[in-house]
Amino acid sequence: MATVYIENRAYDADPGENLLKTCLGLGFDLPYFCWHPAMGSIGACRQCAVKQFKDENDTKGRLVMACMTPSSDGARISIADPEAAEFRAGIIEGLMLNHPHDCPVCDEGGECHLQDMTLMTGHSYRRYRFHKRTFRNQYLGPFLAHEMNRCIQCYRCVRFYRGYAGGRDFNSFSIRNTVYFGRHEDGVLENEFSGNLAEVCPTGVFVDRTLAQHYTRKWDQQFAPSICAACGVGCNISPAERYGMLRRIVNRYHPEINGHFLCDRGRYSYEFVNSEKRIRQARMQSGAESLPLSKDEALSRLAEILRHSRGVAGIGSPRASLEANFALRLLSGPDRFFAGINENDLALARLMIELNRTVRAPSLREIESCDAVLVLGEDVTQTNPRIALALRQSVEQQPRSRAAAARIPLWNDLAVREIAQDQKGPLFVAALNATRLDDVAAATYRAAPADIARLGLAVAASLRQEFAFPADLAPKVSELASRIADALLGAARPLVVSGPGCRSEAVIRAAAAVAGALAGRGKPAPLAFTMPEANTAGLSLMATAGLETALEALRSGGAETLVILENDLYRRAESSLVDDLLGKARHVVAVDHLENRTAARASLVLPAATFAESDGTFVNFEGRAQRFFQVFAPDGGIQESWRWLRDCLRAAGREEGETWHSLDHVIAAQGRQMPELAPAAQAAPPASFRIVDERVPRMPHRSSGRTAVLANVTMHEPKPPEDPDSPLAFSMEGYPLTPPQALRPFTWLPGWNSVQALNRLRNEAGAAPPGPSGVRLYEARNGLAPAASNWPEAFRPREGEWLLLPLHHIFGSEELSMYGPAIASLAPRPYVAVRDGFEEGQMVEVSVRGLIFRLPARIMAALPAGTAGLPSGLPGMDYVRLPDWGRITEAAG
Amino acid sequence: MEKPLTGRMRAGGQPVSIREYERADGYQGLRKALAMSPAEVIEEVRDSGLRGRGGAGFGTGLKWSLVPAGAPKPRYLVCNADEMEPGTFKDRLLMEADPHQLLEGMAIASYAIGAEISYIFLRAEYTLAAARLEAALHEARQARCLGEDILGSGFNLEIHLHTSAGRYICGEETALLNALEGKRANPRAKPPFPPVVGLWGKPTIVNNVETLCCVPHIVRNGSGWFRRLSRSQDSGTKLFGASGKVKRPGLWELPMGTPIREIVEEHAGGMREGVRLRGLLPGGASTDFLVEQHLDVPMDFAGVQAAGSRLGTGTMIILDDRTCPVGMTLNLEHFFAQESCGWCTPCWSGLSWTEQILAALERGEGQPGDLEKLEWQTRFLAPGNTFCALAPGAAEPLQSALRYFREDFEAHIREKACPYRH
Repeated sequence: MATVYIENRAYDADPGENLLKTCLGLGFDLPYFCWHPAMGSIGACRQCAVKQFKDENDTKGRLVMACMTPSSDGARISIADPEAAEFRAGIIEGLMLNHPHDCPVCDEGGECHLQDMTLMTGHSYRRYRFHKRTFRNQYLGPFLAHEMNRCIQCYRCVRFYRGYAGGRDFNSFSIRNTVYFGRHEDGVLENEFSGNLAEVCPTGVFVDRTLAQHYTRKWDQQFAPSICAACGVGCNISPAERYGMLRRIVNRYHPEINGHFLCDRGRYSYEFVNSEKRIRQARMQSGAESLPLSKDEALSRLAEILRHSRGVAGIGSPRASLEANFALRLLSGPDRFFAGINENDLALARLMIELNRTVRAPSLREIESCDAVLVLGEDVTQTNPRIALALRQSVEQQPRSRAAAARIPLWNDLAVREIAQDQKGPLFVAALNATRLDDVAAATYRAAPADIARLGLAVAASLRQEFAFPADLAPKVSELASRIADALLGAARPLVVSGPGCRSEAVIRAAAAVAGALAGRGKPAPLAFTMPEANTAGLSLMATAGLETALEALRSGGAETLVILENDLYRRAESSLVDDLLGKARHVVAVDHLENRTAARASLVLPAATFAESDGTFVNFEGRAQRFFQVFAPDGGIQESWRWLRDCLRAAGREEGETWHSLDHVIAAQGRQMPELAPAAQAAPPASFRIVDERVPRMPHRSSGRTAVLANVTMHEPKPPEDPDSPLAFSMEGYPLTPPQALRPFTWLPGWNSVQALNRLRNEAGAAPPGPSGVRLYEARNGLAPAASNWPEAFRPREGEWLLLPLHHIFGSEELSMYGPAIASLAPRPYVAVRDGFEEGQMVEVSVRGLIFRLPARIMAALPAGTAGLPSGLPGMDYVRLPDWGRITEAAG
Repeated sequence: MEKPLTGRMRAGGQPVSIREYERADGYQGLRKALAMSPAEVIEEVRDSGLRGRGGAGFGTGLKWSLVPAGAPKPRYLVCNADEMEPGTFKDRLLMEADPHQLLEGMAIASYAIGAEISYIFLRAEYTLAAARLEAALHEARQARCLGEDILGSGFNLEIHLHTSAGRYICGEETALLNALEGKRANPRAKPPFPPVVGLWGKPTIVNNVETLCCVPHIVRNGSGWFRRLSRSQDSGTKLFGASGKVKRPGLWELPMGTPIREIVEEHAGGMREGVRLRGLLPGGASTDFLVEQHLDVPMDFAGVQAAGSRLGTGTMIILDDRTCPVGMTLNLEHFFAQESCGWCTPCWSGLSWTEQILAALERGEGQPGDLEKLEWQTRFLAPGNTFCALAPGAAEPLQSALRYFREDFEAHIREKACPYRH
């Protein structure tokens, strides 16, 4: 700990940090632009100038940039020094010479860091009287709008896009006051994390293009602390709503998970909430006719079904909350509660959890800090994208460690990059196909699942110094394996990443074997498994059987009514099985929020709330239970799934139907019945939580006539909806200061209207968040993974057949996000990927597992010989369980 | 008077061939150096008092010694031949007329710092120098003065000629390194300094052409000889130049410490008929104006600094009484504003504004308060306030012009026109 003197007062400081971060963390308003907490200092904007004094006798001092000056012991600075203040005002004035001052029509207005800094610096009178320089803006795709005239040349965008996220189709062009940040030509930004530019940019050069289509100012938006529903990483988000429409998602800082950045699937997935395909009213199927029902009618119909039903089978969902799944499990009974995914997918998820009870699952922050990585059989960018961004940071670790040896602090980003150059630490990617991490990989290995598993086992064997490889293991594979083993062993913090992307138990077990072998060599490595959906882990903790078993249960006559929770079963299993399942049930009750094939076949459909309209808990890939809160109260017949199921319990005459008034009651019952889930209660403060007797407001302080909006209807301000489920209020009134992290709906501080307010909260947010924010439901007991399993047979290509592999797409493979137009526009059209033998675009017939697809061929030369690929989860393509052998023939006609 | 740097040059502008060069004791410095230890070479150069001729005047021997002992290889020597300072053309002469002198200096410097690969980063427009350097490189390789096992010593050196894409900022040594690596030519953060972390992250010494050209002579004749060449504390001879309305604009090798008056009046032949000297930039565009009262100032680092300017490149631009000082300042600031790399705000924003105010003055659209804004800009662009030395350099002619030619600036505003345009 160092002591620094600011305005002649002593403060404790971290000597490893720069003075800007120290000052902000201590609560000083020191303006800045180019510094970013995740990307360090570059000394470009010169906005954070302070006066530094040699000692207490030095009265002259000299201007230094706080971001480029270490918080070394005894450092003595003044922020208020008139010369420093005048210089900072000059910088703002300089930045504003060409800025268009179009705040009233700029989407950034009201949450603009440039506005805040301009006010903070005190620049108000304009002395520049010449023409402003202007630019031509670009079309950058559906996610971001571009307005270069607002640019202040802070270089954050290009540093994020290229330096942090590894994008290549974006750069800074030209010089002097005409530096242009964009693409070499108009076009959709290729990088999967481009949306972060809207938050990285301190002004309105890059703004959320989807928000622009239903724009409303930040001060008019209503937020809630939420968890991203677009995959199993569990990124913390702040969705924003007005007038019953979700407007956008912004990042909500979580130091262990997403930090400052989201992936584009997560950020733009919110659009499904506003979809025209939302189920907004209950309905029943009567013959060929679909009858809309009021809520009461729906409830009485429900009671009727349940009263006359011999038994209920519950089909849970990996995209529904823990509480909703639990409520269903209570209704059906544990024996008749099924996971809502097929047995294989469930078994893989349960296996991964089981393995993570032995080998620690790392947080994203830990992943970023690992310095040698083996990715075994998972295209992480497409399945759990935010993990890929973390892996991209991990390859910087070894090169950057040389900076420390040169006594260059890590925050000094320019200097560190000069030292690190373009070198990358060891990252090995074994996958079915080319991946978007290959550009930073030390080596890649593309093979069929069995061969990927064999590579993993060979690495594990090398680590155990057992070199008795199977005779048919190619020398280049055993060489690669020992190279990987050496890199992992030679690293300070090795990491193994895998997942269910290959749909292969052998791959998952092989990954665990590598981690186990590393532990055996005294180098315990965390083991990260991707989880495909927001609550795959939570569901798998609760359910032991999948859809195939559900069919058995119906066949055996144990149940007649099928209650399906937030699930389109046609995405989970082949249609023959789902048709059978739905056909066997006398009644099918679907609780969901979007029209889909399953809901279309239900006899009773109950309109469920989305993540944005409900509260609940998701369990992420590391086993962390995190609470998401209602952003807005849904209108009409929509209610939370757990409330529909509570109503089912009531209809079935169960006590819980009468006593569950708030989510906390469900959580408590869940903890009692399933002790393993009891810690989930600690994921966030309960509904009764108050700070000085006040709730936490969901809305920022009003800066407009928001509350007068209905004045033409009534002079009385309508009473805001009540919230029995959380300590949050649908209001701007309540505790006026910063709430605990798990309850922080949005980031704001007086004078800091943009997301940059976070940096003034750093100490609180970064070091020791007050109050819990997520809690792990399972932890590793010891570092020793199960011993290596048997070597699977090597993959052998077949004559005239292809092993069809599942290929995942960040935009396309996830169900809900595909209901949003922006993401849907970037998804591929259905296709079959082939190595060779067909022309690009040629129509072919793929026959696999009794299904026939007529598809255009896409040439993907990276596919292993003897294999082909089908996109996973694309709308318009039936589910088919892969990998499996199939035939591809030229389509007739 | 000894003229080691230019003494060998041929009249008529043809370059000195390797045969002529060797006949005139060429590559003898290299032979001598290869018989010494690298540390001894550095010591000799340090003792000579040679200071960098690119403008900053950093001690050359000291710079070489900053490569950490035992630093990993490869290490690089880079010759900064990106001579783009307005008014400066000294390196051009050295490269066009006697290219082997530079190559020998580079070979010695590379030997001293342990570099086996070296680069000449050449200004884009210097096409003649490029052709002559290429020819000289070929000759030197043929003569085994470059390449593997140089002169049988076991020392290897390859010199690559890299022609710049053409930006003033590439003369800043770390921007030069970025450009050489194929990156944007933005200056780097310092520390780390290039002797520790330079080209491709490796220890690198960047020296100016003229500096390197001094080296063979120092090694061959000894540090004491080099010191005695000078008329002042700073050792050696220096190429001094003069441009502007003098009778004989040109370039002369003279002892360090030669007074300005001697350069202007004797070597440049004094001012042309009908014009009077009003001021001069002693060392290129990024140095402060000096005026008549400074004519007896000796051209060396300390002397010019004491007079309130910098020796810079030692090639002066002379302002006469028929040329508008505001127009001249605008011309300079236009250059600097155009050449700002766009990295730090004071530079890219401040210089653009400065240029526009000066242009307004010249158009007769100056307003009261404009001079105060310009003065404020010169303080705003002070050393330390910016990321590199470009903008502080740009502020130097402006701040001194405002001091010495104040009445001209005021007249532009008062008369709503440039008084020199009639």
